[in-house]
Amino acid sequence: MINLTIDGKEIQVPKGTMLLDACRQAGADIPTLCYDPDLRLAGSCRMCVVEAKGRPTLVASCVMPAENNMVIETESPDVVEARTVVLELLAARHKFECPTCESDGSCKLQDYMYRYGVKESRFDGEGPHFHTEDPNPFIIRDYDKCIMCTRCVRVCDEITGAQAINIEDRGHHAKIATPFDGKLADSTCVFCGQCVMVCPVGALTSRVAAGKGKPAQNEKVLTTCTYCGTGCTLELNVKDDKIVGVTSNRDAEWSPVNKGALCVKGRFGWDFVTSPERLTTPLIRENGELRPASWDEALDFAANKIKAIKEQNGPDSLAMFSSARATNEENYLAQKLMRAAIGSNNVDHCARL
Amino acid sequence: MAEEMRLLLEHADKIDPRIAEDYIKVGGYKGLEKARQMDRKNLIQEVKSSGLRGRGGAGFNAGMKWSFVPPAEVKYVVCNLDEGEPGTYKDRIICEKNAQALLEGMAICGTAIESKQGYIYCRGEYPFVVELLNKAIQSAKASGALGDFDIEVRMGAGAYVCGEETALIESIEGHRGEPRFKPPFPGVAGLWGVPTVVNNVETFAALPYIMTKGAEWYASIGAPKYPGTKVLTLTGDVNNPTYFEVPTNYNLRDVIYKLGGGIKNGKKFKAVQVGGTSGAFIPEQNLDTSIDFDSMGAIGAALGSGAVLVLDETRDIVDIVTRISKFFEHESCGKCNPCREGTFRCREIMEKINSGRATEADLNNILLLAKVMKRAALCGLGQAAPVPITSTIQHFGHEYRRKLLQYA
Repeated sequence: MINLTIDGKEIQVPKGTMLLDACRQAGADIPTLCYDPDLRLAGSCRMCVVEAKGRPTLVASCVMPAENNMVIETESPDVVEARTVVLELLAARHKFECPTCESDGSCKLQDYMYRYGVKESRFDGEGPHFHTEDPNPFIIRDYDKCIMCTRCVRVCDEITGAQAINIEDRGHHAKIATPFDGKLADSTCVFCGQCVMVCPVGALTSRVAAGKGKPAQNEKVLTTCTYCGTGCTLELNVKDDKIVGVTSNRDAEWSPVNKGALCVKGRFGWDFVTSPERLTTPLIRENGELRPASWDEALDFAANKIKAIKEQNGPDSLAMFSSARATNEENYLAQKLMRAAIGSNNVDHCARL
Repeated sequence: MAEEMRLLLEHADKIDPRIAEDYIKVGGYKGLEKARQMDRKNLIQEVKSSGLRGRGGAGFNAGMKWSFVPPAEVKYVVCNLDEGEPGTYKDRIICEKNAQALLEGMAICGTAIESKQGYIYCRGEYPFVVELLNKAIQSAKASGALGDFDIEVRMGAGAYVCGEETALIESIEGHRGEPRFKPPFPGVAGLWGVPTVVNNVETFAALPYIMTKGAEWYASIGAPKYPGTKVLTLTGDVNNPTYFEVPTNYNLRDVIYKLGGGIKNGKKFKAVQVGGTSGAFIPEQNLDTSIDFDSMGAIGAALGSGAVLVLDETRDIVDIVTRISKFFEHESCGKCNPCREGTFRCREIMEKINSGRATEADLNNILLLAKVMKRAALCGLGQAAPVPITSTIQHFGHEYRRKLLQYA
C-alpha cells in the first residue's frame, strides 16, 4: 500500500493507483478533459495537474502513479492559475455559441470555465478557424469547438476499432481529421457515434437530434435497443413525450452489455418509432390490396396457409427465415416451431440487420 | 585557460571515421574489450563513478540511468542523434570525426544492460551522416569489433520534438512524433515497450575513454559535479565561429573572447544564448560563469546541447526572440494544451510587442503564460519554449518596454 497526503488528508491506496484516483478517493474534485476511464491515457489536457511538494513542475494526476510520502495540493494557487490559463487558452480557440449548442449544459469546458470563473480569455489574438463541413447524415463535426482532448481518436481506435480519425498537422494547427482530411463517409468511419459519446464539448454532436432538444435538458429513459439481439442499453432523450434523440449511459451497472457503446442504428436510427409509415396492425393482402386485420385473424390466416401448403406439398416445401433482430431465445423458438411443428429443417437467418 | 581539451575529437581529421581499423590503430575498441571482461554491475558502477552526465541537455548521470534498467529478455540501446537545436551541430561533428567511438560507446552500454541491439536515430537533415554511419557500422561489424551487438540507423523527418527521447521512440516505432508521459521512463518501458536506454551521441562517445583511462581520471576533468569535456558549437557575431571541445569548467567569457576571438568587427557584446534555441539569454554580467550544467543552472540558464550563440550590440533582442517564438509555434507537436496553444499565443504576443502594438498588459500576459507553460507542459519542449522570452524580459526588459505603445 502507498501512503500519501492529499489536501492535508492522509490516505492509503494500493500500489499502482494513479494520483487522480487517489485524489478523488480523498474527496478532491479534479477536473479532467482528456481523461476517460475506458480509454488509454493521454495526459495531454493538463487540467488534472496538481502540486506535488518538492517537484519542480506540476504533475498531471491522471498519468502519475501515487508514491509513498507524496504531499499533494489539488487546488493550490499555482494549480488554479495553471488550470485557469489552460482554460483561457482553450477559450481563445473556441467558438462560443452556447445558446444554440447541443452540448450546452453537458459541456466540460463550460463547467470548468464556470468553476474557475473564466469569463473571457486574455489571449485575444486569432480566434477559432478550424470549421469542418462534413455532409454526412449523422455527425456534425465542428472543430471550432474542439479542445483537442483526442478522446474521439482513442475511442474510434480502441473501442470501435474503425481508426477513422487521427490527428493531422502539428502545434496549434493540429486537428482531428480522417486520412487526407476527407469526409467521414469516405473513411473507415462506421458512424457508430462513439466519438459523439465521448466528446466533452460540442465539437461532435448528433445531426439527427440537432435542434430537437439539448441532451442536458431532455428527460432520459433507459431502454433496450430493439434493433438486434445484443440488447444494448439506450438512453432515450424524451421531450414533451416524444423521442428527440438517443444518448449513451456509460455506467456498467445500467448499461452492462454495451457500456454506452452503440452502433449507427441504435444511436441515430430511432426516428422510425413515430414514423407515420410504421405498421401498427397486421395486414392481409386480398385481391392485391392490403387490409388491416386483427392479430387473431392474421395468425389464423397464416397458420391455415402453412398447414395447407404442408399438406399439399410436404413440410420441405416450407422454409423459415428468422431475423438477427430477434433474441437468441426467439430464434430458438422459431427453429423449434419449424422442426417440431412443421417438420422441416429449412431454417435460415438473415444474418444482417 | 584558453586551450581546448580534445578527448572525443583528439584524432579528428587524422582517422577515417568510417573505417574501424583506423580507429583501432589509435587505441579504439579497447574500452569495449575491457567492458566485456567486467562484471555488469561493476561496469555500471564504473560509469556511474566517472560522473558522466547526459550530454543531450538533461544532465542525468549515465550510469545511474543504466542502473534503473530492469531484467528483460529484450532491451535496446538508442542513440539520440536528432540534434534539432538550431545552432547545434556537435553530434554531427562527433560522427564525422569519430563515429567509431559512438559505436563503441553504444556497444559498451549494450554490454552493461545486456542488450544486443542498438538504434541510432539520426536527424532528417543529416542524410550524409546516415551514409557515413552505415559505412562505419559495416566496417565495425566486419572487423569483429562490435561482436554480436548490432546497430541500425533510423532517420527522422525533421521534427524538433523528436529529440525528446519518448517522441524519438514513438518515431522509431512509426508513430506520430509525440512525447509520452513519464513514468514509465524509457529505461523501464521504452522502444516497443521494453527497457531502453536513450543517450546522446556525445554521452556514448565519451564511454570508450572512460573505460580505457578509468572513471577516476574522467571524474577529475573539468567541473567536479559535471566532469569531462563538452563539445561546443559557437555561432553568431564572433570572429571564430566553429566547434570546440573544452573541459566542463571552462569559462563562458573565454569561449567567446579566447576561443571565439571576440566580437566581430570590433563591436560590443550584448548577449549570449547557451544551449540552443530554448536556452536563456545571458547578459554581460554573467559571462564569468563556468559552462558546466550546474553553474549554468545557477544563473538561470542551461548548458543544453552546448550551442553558444553570440549577439553583438546591434542585434534587436525582441526581434530575435519573436523569431524564436515562431520556431516553437512551428515545432510544437500539439499534444498538450499549454504547449500547443501557448507557443501559438507566445508568437502572437511577441509579434505584437515587436511591431509596437503591445502594452504592459501584453507583457504581463506573456509572463503568466510562460510560467504556466514551464510548470504544466507535458514535455521539455513546452517547458523550455518560453525560456528565451522570460530570460530576455529579465535581462533586457528595457528593449521590450521601448517597443510598447506609450499611450495605450
